[in-house]
Formats: sequence, structure tokens, C-alpha cells
Amino acid sequence: MFLINCPYCGERDQQEFKAGGEAHIERPKQPTELSDDEWAEYLFMRKNIKGVQFERWNHAHGCRKWFNMVRDTSNDEIKAIYKMGEKPPAQ
Amino acid sequence: MTKSLRVKSSEYIDETNRISFKFNGKTYHGFKGDTLASALLANNVHLVGRSFKYHRPRGIMTSGSEEPNAIVQVNPGTNRTEPNVRATEVEIYEGLEATSQNCWPSVEFDIGGINNFLSPFFPAGFYYKTFMWPASFWEKYEFFIRHSAGLGKSPTSNDPDIYDHRNIHCDVLVVGAGISGILAAKNAAKNNFKTLLVDEKNELGGSTIFENNEFNKIDNKTPSEWLKKEIEELKNIKNLEIKTRTSVAAYHQYNYLLARENLTDHLEAKDKTNKIRQRLLKIRAKKVILATGALERPLIFNNNDRPGIMLSSAIKKYSEFYGVACGSKNVFFTNNDSAYESALSLYNKGINVEAIIDIREESESKIVKKVKEAGIKVYWSHTIVDTAGYKRLNGISIMKLSNDGTSVTGSKISISCDCLGVAGGWTPAVHLYTQSGSKLKFDEEKQIFLPNQNTSGQISVGSCGGDFKIDEIIKNLNQKLKDNLNIKETDLDNIKVEIDQENSKRNIWLLPSDKPLGKTKPFVDYQNDATAKDIKLALREGFRSIEHVKRYTTTGMGTDQGKLGNMHALGIIADTAGVKMGELGTTTFRPPYTPLTFGTIVGRNVGKFFDIFRRTPINEWHVENKAEFENVGQWKRAWYYPINGETMHQAVQRESKAARESAGILDASTLGKIDIQGSDASEFLNRVYTNAWSKLAVGKCRYGLMLNEDGMVYDDGVTTRLGENHYIMTTTTGGAANVLGKLEDYLQTEWPELDVYLTSVTDHYATASLCGPNSKKILKKIIPDLDLSDENFPHMSFKEVHIGNIQCRIMRISFTGEHSYEINVQASYGKDLWEKCIEAGKEFNITPYGTETMHLLRAEKGFIIVGQDTDGTMTPIDLQMDWIVSKKKYDFIGKRSLYRSDTMREDRKQLVGLLTDDPNIVLEEGAQIVSELNQSPVEMLGHVTSSYFSPNLKKSIALAVVRGGKDMMGKKLFVPMENKNINVTVANPVFYDQKNERLNA
Ligand SMILES: [Zn+2]
Repeated sequence: MFLINCPYCGERDQQEFKAGGEAHIERPKQPTELSDDEWAEYLFMRKNIKGVQFERWNHAHGCRKWFNMVRDTSNDEIKAIYKMGEKPPAQ
Repeated sequence: MTKSLRVKSSEYIDETNRISFKFNGKTYHGFKGDTLASALLANNVHLVGRSFKYHRPRGIMTSGSEEPNAIVQVNPGTNRTEPNVRATEVEIYEGLEATSQNCWPSVEFDIGGINNFLSPFFPAGFYYKTFMWPASFWEKYEFFIRHSAGLGKSPTSNDPDIYDHRNIHCDVLVVGAGISGILAAKNAAKNNFKTLLVDEKNELGGSTIFENNEFNKIDNKTPSEWLKKEIEELKNIKNLEIKTRTSVAAYHQYNYLLARENLTDHLEAKDKTNKIRQRLLKIRAKKVILATGALERPLIFNNNDRPGIMLSSAIKKYSEFYGVACGSKNVFFTNNDSAYESALSLYNKGINVEAIIDIREESESKIVKKVKEAGIKVYWSHTIVDTAGYKRLNGISIMKLSNDGTSVTGSKISISCDCLGVAGGWTPAVHLYTQSGSKLKFDEEKQIFLPNQNTSGQISVGSCGGDFKIDEIIKNLNQKLKDNLNIKETDLDNIKVEIDQENSKRNIWLLPSDKPLGKTKPFVDYQNDATAKDIKLALREGFRSIEHVKRYTTTGMGTDQGKLGNMHALGIIADTAGVKMGELGTTTFRPPYTPLTFGTIVGRNVGKFFDIFRRTPINEWHVENKAEFENVGQWKRAWYYPINGETMHQAVQRESKAARESAGILDASTLGKIDIQGSDASEFLNRVYTNAWSKLAVGKCRYGLMLNEDGMVYDDGVTTRLGENHYIMTTTTGGAANVLGKLEDYLQTEWPELDVYLTSVTDHYATASLCGPNSKKILKKIIPDLDLSDENFPHMSFKEVHIGNIQCRIMRISFTGEHSYEINVQASYGKDLWEKCIEAGKEFNITPYGTETMHLLRAEKGFIIVGQDTDGTMTPIDLQMDWIVSKKKYDFIGKRSLYRSDTMREDRKQLVGLLTDDPNIVLEEGAQIVSELNQSPVEMLGHVTSSYFSPNLKKSIALAVVRGGKDMMGKKLFVPMENKNINVTVANPVFYDQKNERLNA
């Protein structure tokens, strides 16, 4: 079970958190302008990387805040955690 | 057979405290401090079980948790019975009963033993190959297999014990209290680290505590003496918590470990009551020091599984620690010096050692010389080619090994013996290390897998880290502690160690016999009866991956997870396939390291604590008035209120009629309520609901439908505008938490620019829903000052008023189609409000109704229930609710998806009403709908989602989703059931009051 450093609360057990899938997928500002394929790309397509992955997490049973995490899925090492809206750390 | 093999008093055995216990129905005696295994051995009982596949007689092999054979059922027939317990770990107490497993009718005479003589027909994969064909026979095979399988019996009545969970946060966790663990814990604690030391045994000290080998000295004392002094000193150290009888079961990421602390298993029944039996420790440690030691390996030779054949180190422990001689004519079989220590230990206690068979050519260490001086015969370069004795070993045959170790030469020598100690070298116990996700490396010289790395959060010390000699252990431990804990000095700096230990070893994974392999039984996995032959067969049949060989041969798949034989299996595969062991890798060691009881896993979360449940503030009234309850999410909701022995159907018919004819009242407190505030609240609602919200006047209510981004209906409910920038949203009972989560997600991640704040207030309010043509009169009685005219308080509007001193919010909204009010008060006034309504409604025969009647009433009106009439594949268009989807709004969640080619298909499943041709037949919810009866296969058009007998319409009504249903109005379809086909007609889903006249009745 991970130990996750919530940017608002500090280190907490994983059981307080909920994973929210891939990070940095922005909701299109003008969805009606998109073709079916373009919309499907936003809606359905997600990476599933063995290695370094950018993810969204929510401190669901804590401050309820969403934040981003960089995690190596091959060994579960959490490489970075940063707030929503902040730039991801350089690789 | 009653001859006692107790040899000499041991300080760990209290001979003044005699204990009687039963094994397989017979009474035996042991002493306080004995395990079931040591007590049985003292009574000369070796035969304790039968093997899984061949039902071969098996004896106690080890003295620890790695035991593969001595698996017993403890206290059979009681509510405290437990299967698959290792006799080597059971501390005896007065009244203990245990029985062998996997034998029927008894361990002495076992019918399944016939499998042993049929064994040529039971090769690897036998069960897969034979019993899977023909498929129809499986049921018959299964009966016999299950009947004779040795899985023990689970208790049939409730567990009387209490279990507990505890969270522990520490700086340093030390796993294993052998010499390395004790020294690590002591030095960590002394340097102000909050330290926890755990060990699965009841005594500290591991194997060093009975290490009296005169050739090893620490500070001029024997290791045993020296360590006892160290243990004594632990008592005075602050920051150190020690837990014995505590076994670490799992090592997860980020140093999160689960351990089981055993508190009462060693006590008599009368002392167990009202105490916590086992506690699951959930440990989060900044640093973990693994000092889990090493397991002795057996040797793989023909018939190496007879009762009386044990690990050499176990024989030594039984003699030194428990004061028990495992045999009266002992022989050792070894590939290293360990067996000589055991032999000497027996010799010093006056126990007869007949001979040592050593596959090495020679060894010149002092201990070997000492053994020779003692007159014990050593056969160098010899191997055992066979053993004899069915229920107990009575002899071995040995022959000379060829130089390359692959065959035997010369003539056979027979040696009579009743106990054989095997010593195949030591395997570091790296199970927990690998569970943590760390990788192993293979040490070619030592022929063992070792931890590949020590990280800042984790080190492996002592023999689990590959150090076997006391001088190496102390030197390397000292350095690792200094590096890892960042300390300058330790107790270990000035320890003087003298040792004479040789590491010389000759490793042969599979020892040859004079018979060909096919005619021998060299067991690799004792519990699952996998032999070297099976492994070779698997390789011949094309299995290459170690994980596949494991599953095909079942090697390492027993309750012991193959702790003894896994290395040999790997070695044999590597030798046969011509690959290096390092390249082969190991199978995955999965948690738990030793089995856990269900009680430990669930802890206190049993009975009413099994799952959280929620009750409304009005609950007490429902209970007093004999409501039946149903679970809706976590809520206990009143389902219906039977009177005078009514069935559910009768009660619901009565409640439904009353609600439409006069007045009904429903506890709607469970609906989710989200308070929404902020200057952008209206804009926010515009984006999350399909309809428009900006123009909703303050004091008005509106129904909203919420979609997922894929266009599918997610939730619905009425939202009321309380003020310019203030709304209260209601959600479905089950969806409340998820809706809040979803709204927060959009607010924080997609639209952080919006000034909106969300608060869950579900628990803050109690809600009574008052409905029916007389609801207005009842409310008038309760709040005489409030103008209830349609002009002042129309449908879909809101008033904030007082009943006495109690502030309440009243919405005139309706989920039944009747004139109705939802009255919200602070939760603590809920029951009071409810009773006021009941009192005021008496003259109108006000009838409390539950969720079942609510469902019926709304179905009469064709109102959907999200999650019952929808299933995550229904768009608002599919539900024929186009009217709620704004065409003008530029965007809202899910809008774009409503224009995908797939969501625009005409032949999607759409919500329709269904009427049965026979009005008395009520369809089954979930029943399939077809248009043809004489076709095969027939297309399933859809299914029934809601179905009731309507007392108000006096006929059966149903909602259904049907492919292309929108254009099928009036069409005849069929609902085929097991014994009949039901004729139905597609109808308007609004069955009752299609003009909505009753809302203002
Ligand atoms: Zn937080």
C-alpha cells in the first residue's frame, strides 16, 4: 500500500485516496467542433504504460482535493506529486 | 511405543508442568514449552499425516513454519477448530486435541494409500489430463477427489473469538529475533529510533540461542550464553517494543507490512474466553531490517520422505531446545558441516549416532575431526540410494558416488536406523524481501538466491542476507547498521569472535540411485507429492518457464508454498534444461508467508460492523410501526408497513391506493443533498445538467438529468434555487457520494475558474414527503399561516417557513404525480416533524408508505429510477426524455456524445411501457423480450426494467427497454418464460394521469 504525500495534508495511507486515471487530458473547450474520432480520442483513449506514468489522484477520504502524481508503474515508485494546474516536472 | 525420548532437561521445557493432550484420539503427555511436534516426538510418534496425492505416510520434518508434512486439524468438532495448522507451531496446553489430515479412515490405515501403488499412473499433470475428460464426468471425479483430499475441515459454527487490528508507525521494524535481529533492534533503539522487533516464535534468540558448539565463541562465551545476556539487556532499552508469536505475513510497497500477533492460541480453552485471539498489526515503518534467517534444505534422493527423515537442524533443535531425541539410532546425510554440529549435539547428550553419510570427498574442519574422535563413522563420497520402512524409517542403503556425482558405483551398504537427519545447506529466507518488490541475484559460489540490493528503507542482515558464519554476520551487520541508520558507533565494534566453521559444500540437486529415475521416488515438494521425475517430465513435455512448471507439477503450491523444495526444483530444471539458475529466476513468493485466519483479516468488522449502515433520523418510528426494511446503498430504508399480517403485495396495494386517494407519507431523508454556493453556481449547473438553469427564479425548483461525458444518464434529482448564488441539489440515494465526487472533479480540474463551493448536507436534513389529494389540508393544519394557494405556492416552488421554532424548507415537488410536499427540517427534528404530520393526517387516513410503494407510484407515472431503468447505456434520448436536453446550451457534460454516430442510432434500446394482454399477469423484472416465437436463435430485443400490479389502474404495468421501441407503439411482442409465453403490447410509459392534472388536485 502506497504512502502518498497529499500536497495539502501530507503523507497518508493509500486507502484514503482514489486513483483517477491518466493526467493532463484536458477537456476540449469546444467539443461541438470536434469530429467523432477526435472526441473519441479524448473520451476513450488512455495510455497504460509500464514505466513512468502521469496520473490523477484524489484525496477522497481526506481533503477531497485532486492532484497529479508521477509514478513508475513497474515498481510503484512515486517520483513526484504536484497540484492541479501546475506544470509536470521535467523528465 | 510409550517409551519417552525425553533426554535431558532443557531450560525451555518446564518438567514440573505436565500437560495432557490428544492426538488422533489417543492421550499423550508433554510439558509446558513443548510444541505439538516436540511432544509427539518425545512420545516416539513420527507418523502424523498422509501425503496429498499418493497418501504416503509422512512424519514431522522440521521444527518451524516451513513444515510441509505435520499439518493437523486443531480441536476438531469444536467451534474453535482450525485446519492446516503446522504441528511445529502449536504450543501445547491442557486439553488440546489434534488430528491428522488427509487420511481416511485413519493415519495408520489409509484407503488412499492405494494411490501409492498406482503411482506410475499419477504423473505430473495427471489431474489435468485425466479428470478434465469427458467433461460430463467431472462431477463424479470431483466427489472422490474432494472426499480424499487433505484440506481439513472448516468450522461449522460461529467463531467465538475476538480479533483485532492495530496500526503501528515506527522508525525501524526488525523482522526476526535471531542473533542478527536482536543486535539490530538493540542498536537501533539505543540510537533513539522507535523500534519494533517481531518474531514468530514464543522465545527470542532464533537458532543461536541453543548454539553450544564449543568451536564458536563470542567474547569467550558460547554463542548461546552470550546471546542470553544480550536478550536480558533488551528489557532495559527504551524505544523498543518486542512482539513474540508474531509472524509477518505480507510486505507491501512503502514499507507497509502486515503481521499476525497470536495472543491466546497457546492458552487452555478456559483462559481464551473474552480475550483477543489474534491481532493484525498494520505496520508502516520508515526502515525495515529483515533478519528472517535461513531455512535448511533437504536433499533429494530416492524415498526421502519416510517418517523419521527430518532436517538435521530440526533434530538439533529438538534435542537442544526441547530435550527430545528424535530417534535412538540416528544417521545424518549431508553435503556440508551443519550435520556434524547436529551429530555432536546428540553425542554430547548421550544419544546414539550411527553414522554420517557425506557426499563430499572430505572436510578437515575441527568439528569434523571432533565427530571422528567421538567414534562416529563417516562415509565420504557416499549417497543414500534407498530407504526402508513404511510407517517409520528402519534403514537406509548407501553407495559410493561417482566423481561427477551423476551415478553410483560399488556395492550397497545397508545401515539400520530409525531417524535420518538431512542437511542440504541453507537457503536464505528471502520471501518477505521479494514480496516488497525487490529483486534477487543468484550467488554461483554459494548456490543461493540473495537480496540484490539494500535500499535506504530496507536492509537484509544475517543469514537471510547471505552471511552464515557468526563473524561475518556481526561484521556485516555492524557496517549495514551504521550505513543505513547513519550512526557512528555500535555495540558491535568491540565484539571478539572466534570461529571454526567451514563453508565447504558439494551441491547436487538430485542425488542418483542405483535404480533408474523412473523407478525411484525422490520427493521435491513433500506436501504436494511432486518428485524430481515429475519436474523432468514437465520439461520433456515442453514446459520451460519456471512458473509453468510450478503449476503443471504443483511444486511449491501447497500451504507451505514449497519453502523446503523450491530451490531443488529450480536446480533440477536448470540442470536438465542446461541453463544457469540465475537466468531461470524464481517463482513469485506471494503473501501471506504463513496462512492467516479469516478472523485476523476481518478483525472487528464482523456482524453489525461488517459493513457501514446508515439510518434516517425517523428510523425509530419505522421500527416502532413494524416496517420491513430494505438496503439501499448503505441505508436501511422502510420498505413497506404490513398491518394485520399482510403480505408485501397486500401492503403495497393498500399503501398505493391510500396515497392516491387521500394521503401518504414517505421518509425521503436518504436522498443525497448537496449545498451549492458561489457567484458561478448557476453557470456550474448549466454545465453539469442537460437543461438550462440561469433563468430559474429564486424560490423555484427544477428537475435535472446528469450525464456522464459519454452521454449516458448518470443521476437525476430536483435542484432548488434558495438564493441568487445558492442552490440545494438532490441526488439519488445510492448516487450521492459519487455525484459529489464527480462534481468536485470537474470543479477542481476542468473549471477551476468557477467560483463554486460544494458541501454534502445529506445527513443534515430529515425529509418527509407528504403526498396525495389531502396533503394540502394536512400541511395547512401544521402551518396555518402559510398560504398554500397555487398562486402563492405553485408546483415546483419552494418556501422557507417555521413550524413552531423549527425552521423548515418545503418544496412542492412530486415523484408520485400527486399534489405533494417535501418538508426538510434539521435532522434532529426529523422524527418530531414526522409525528406531527401523522397526527395532523389522522382524519385523512394518512398512510405511511415505503420504498416499494414509492417505486410503484412513480412507475404508474413513467418516472425512471436511475440504476433500475437505466444501466449506464441509456441516453436521455433513449429514455424518450428529449425535452430535458437543451438545444441552446453550447456545452454541458455529455453533450458532444449525444451526437456520436452510435448514440444517434435509431435502433438503440429505448424506454417504453409494456402492458400484458392478460392484465393480471405481472412480468418479471429482467425478463427478455422478443418479437418472434418460432425462430431459433431469436433476437433479444430488450428486457423488462420495472414491473408492478397497479391497484389504481387495476392492471399489470411495466417499463422496459426495447431495441427501436420508440417506433413500436401498439406493437405486439412476447416475453418468453420457462413455462409460458406472455403476450405484451408496447405502450406509452406514462400509464396514469397523462395530462398531469393530479399535481394540482
Ligand atoms: Zn489531502
